[in-house]
Amino acid sequence: MALLKRLAEGDRPAVNFTLDGQPASALLGDTVLTAVLTCSEHLRGSDFSAEPRAGFCLMGACQDCWVRLGDGRRVRACSTLLETDHHITREPGRSL
Amino acid sequence: MKPVVIIGAGPAGIRAAQTLVAQGVRPVLLDEAARGGGQIYRRQPANFKRSAVKLYGFEARKAKALHQTLDTLREQLDYRPDTLVWNAEADALDTLHEGRAARIEFSRVIVATGATDRILPVQGWTLPGVYSLGAAQIALKFQGCAIGERVVFAGSGPLLYLVAYQYAKAGAKVVAVLDSSPFSAQVRALPGLLSQPATLAKGIYYRSWLSAHGIPVHQGATLQRIDGEQRVRSLNWSDAKGEHQLACDAVAFAHGLRSETQLADLLGCEFAWNPLNRAWLPQRDRAGRSSVAEVYLAGDGAGIMGADAAEMAGERAALAVLEDNGHPIAPQRCVQLEQSLTRINTFRKGLEQAFIFPEHWAANTADEVMICRCEEVRAGDIRQVVREGHWEINRVKAHCRAGMGRCQGRMCGAATAEIIAGESQRAVSQIGRLRAQAPVKPLPFGLEVES
Amino acid sequence: MIEVDAIIIGGGIVGASAALFLSKAGRRVALLERDFCGSHSSGVNYGGVRRQGRPLSQLPLSQRAHEIWGQLPQLIGIDGEYQRSGHLKLARSLDDLRALQDYAASSQGFGLDLQLLDRTELRARFPWVGDVAVGASYCPDDGHANPRLVSPAFAQAARRHGAQVHEQCAVSAVEHDGQRFRVSSQSGLELHAPWLLNCAGAWAGRLAEQFGEAVPMHAGHPAMLVTEPLPLVMNASTGVEGGGIYARQVARGNCVLGGGQGFALDAARARPGQQAVIEILRQAVELYPFLEGAQAIRTWSGTEGYLPDRQPVIGHSSTQPGLLHAFGFAGAGFQIGPAVGQALTEIICNGAPSTSLDAFSITRFHSISVA
Repeated sequence: MALLKRLAEGDRPAVNFTLDGQPASALLGDTVLTAVLTCSEHLRGSDFSAEPRAGFCLMGACQDCWVRLGDGRRVRACSTLLETDHHITREPGRSL
Repeated sequence: MKPVVIIGAGPAGIRAAQTLVAQGVRPVLLDEAARGGGQIYRRQPANFKRSAVKLYGFEARKAKALHQTLDTLREQLDYRPDTLVWNAEADALDTLHEGRAARIEFSRVIVATGATDRILPVQGWTLPGVYSLGAAQIALKFQGCAIGERVVFAGSGPLLYLVAYQYAKAGAKVVAVLDSSPFSAQVRALPGLLSQPATLAKGIYYRSWLSAHGIPVHQGATLQRIDGEQRVRSLNWSDAKGEHQLACDAVAFAHGLRSETQLADLLGCEFAWNPLNRAWLPQRDRAGRSSVAEVYLAGDGAGIMGADAAEMAGERAALAVLEDNGHPIAPQRCVQLEQSLTRINTFRKGLEQAFIFPEHWAANTADEVMICRCEEVRAGDIRQVVREGHWEINRVKAHCRAGMGRCQGRMCGAATAEIIAGESQRAVSQIGRLRAQAPVKPLPFGLEVES
Repeated sequence: MIEVDAIIIGGGIVGASAALFLSKAGRRVALLERDFCGSHSSGVNYGGVRRQGRPLSQLPLSQRAHEIWGQLPQLIGIDGEYQRSGHLKLARSLDDLRALQDYAASSQGFGLDLQLLDRTELRARFPWVGDVAVGASYCPDDGHANPRLVSPAFAQAARRHGAQVHEQCAVSAVEHDGQRFRVSSQSGLELHAPWLLNCAGAWAGRLAEQFGEAVPMHAGHPAMLVTEPLPLVMNASTGVEGGGIYARQVARGNCVLGGGQGFALDAARARPGQQAVIEILRQAVELYPFLEGAQAIRTWSGTEGYLPDRQPVIGHSSTQPGLLHAFGFAGAGFQIGPAVGQALTEIICNGAPSTSLDAFSITRFHSISVA
């Protein structure tokens, strides 16, 4: 299930990526956040109770949308544009 | 020679750059975003096709003009997008660009760091599907997406009606608008609001449009809680008539905006309590000069006045830089800008009356409500520390970690202050100011360093 | 006017623990803190609770402190996130490893139980340490704690035992009238006592100087940073022989790292500065490769007093009977602080400390001219 709903700009080329190892597809010009949340419902688990989080501010301020890319880099999903063959993994968080 | 540096390529930063370039100065313009424009005039990715009118509505002309200004100036600026300023010291800024750290020494700096939503948390606000009002707008403007299928807008401030209107217009299902300000407050605010009749008219238009399209708009309506397991399923709100439930899968909420003041703080600017913003703000004179000789402040980062004011304040601050550097400037232009800014400030006071701050928020917030979403600190944790005798906000932070996480208190700082004030029975102006600490945003290990 | 048995200036861990032990011994105590208790060095230090690596002269006192730390919850009412994780001192060269071996040999008999690890043993037991380390010395019962919580808790505990704790209470004048000390504060307090404890940290030099025994103390500003919460990896607090960075991981997952010097903003505030921060980030990924790609989310510094021999001054004034000094801990006062407070209490209650303080006498600076 998706969290975000596309309303406009639907005629863009598709971009393939993987999410937690599973193949997925989004559109050119999507942020990593848009790509993940148009095909699933969260971006990360919270640090101390592993609750699902899906970002909050979308402007690089709240720091609640960090995900990991295949090359080990960690990026803010809201301010990173999706690229072909991004291998995105979501960190589950930890329950203290 | 050390350059003049502008931090932030929003309305204030771009107008400041333009003003400097007009006098033959080549400033460095640093911006965290990939494309200039700031938040309110944020540009969509290059391959998106919607028109400016579709994106910015009544503000399309202003947005286009601002973007064109930046595009035209590009060659005359040292423009550095995708560049975070993570630290500031007496005469230097430390930046991070694509994993590389560098230092820029400045002769003068104009700080135009903008604002983020002011958040007063409710139970359930960390659930997927809950976003700030600004976030809801960015999802639509920047990505062509709604934050859900059935969206409720809540809180207060001019963005509330604007974003609800934009969503409905774009074809999203707007379930309701819950305005926490009572109708009576908005009537009282009218005299102040009449100082900017065009802006007032737009506000009235958005609301009327929503009502005319059958979207319920409730005033004096308080968001009580948001429920769901893995994502939003419903919310509860209340008004004088009682408590009500709404099914929805997304909520956007905020109570106005708060200034991004961390860099002004690290640069050593003196701060003063500002009752209108209900926040500590770096002090500035009418031209935008801070308490530090080389540091100038412009736009929402130094107090919320909106995009029109930011453009003017950016120009005014740049004129001050030029004046202080010995360039001849037109005094009548300065007077004109200052008068316009004063008029907008009158309007701003009206807005604050219309979208009145919910003074009772802290008292009505239950102990189990999460305040700091980074460190997962609840209202009760903060209150416990206050009961142990602490009341100064940095001390409370040291004891319970509210404001200590990745976002450095951006999301929870205002709310934490309200909770401390309520529990310690002090005015919110009397509990101290959350100090900024570098890095302003997270800084990765393993970065490369430019010598 | 308030009459007490002892006035303590400075609400750091030394002053606050003295206030606690004196109160528990039935003495009337007033503690004056210019800011908030534990808000300077005692509250913002790295949080190492370490005996390993200290000069041998400090080990008896440090060993006493070790016993006090073992009773922390009973003493101050919280665990302060104190854990005996062990302390691992890394060597980056064979010379450094030899220095660790020498220290282990000379500190035998002080109860540190040091274990020397060669490269193979180090890899096997602490696989998260980077290849730059060729060996280490491990002290199994050393550890770390949260200074933000522990230091203020000493003051709170003192208060519960009857000490008057005055925060945001800067001292404006101190004099001795031949009978007793008279201390007044900017807020208008006036206190009298036969004993005065100078526990004012980096700012203690002024009081010593007033009583005719100036010391060549300078302020230092250790740079610190903390990461976002990370999976638990580090099962020991670490340092590096010969200097460099130090690092630990707390139960919530954040790694705390320190190293290098920041700069003073004014007399009371300091910042780590860009250079020190970048240097910590650089060294950290060599020593602890798992940190590659992690984020530093906050940096800070404090103001700490350093004497030329990096040893503290603890004990009697040589010029003014009734005046006791305890300052200049050179960034290593957190672990030893409670034992210092206890030793000062013994001087007042028993006439002498049960652990010799001779090595820390202020008289060692009397022949040195102060710059």
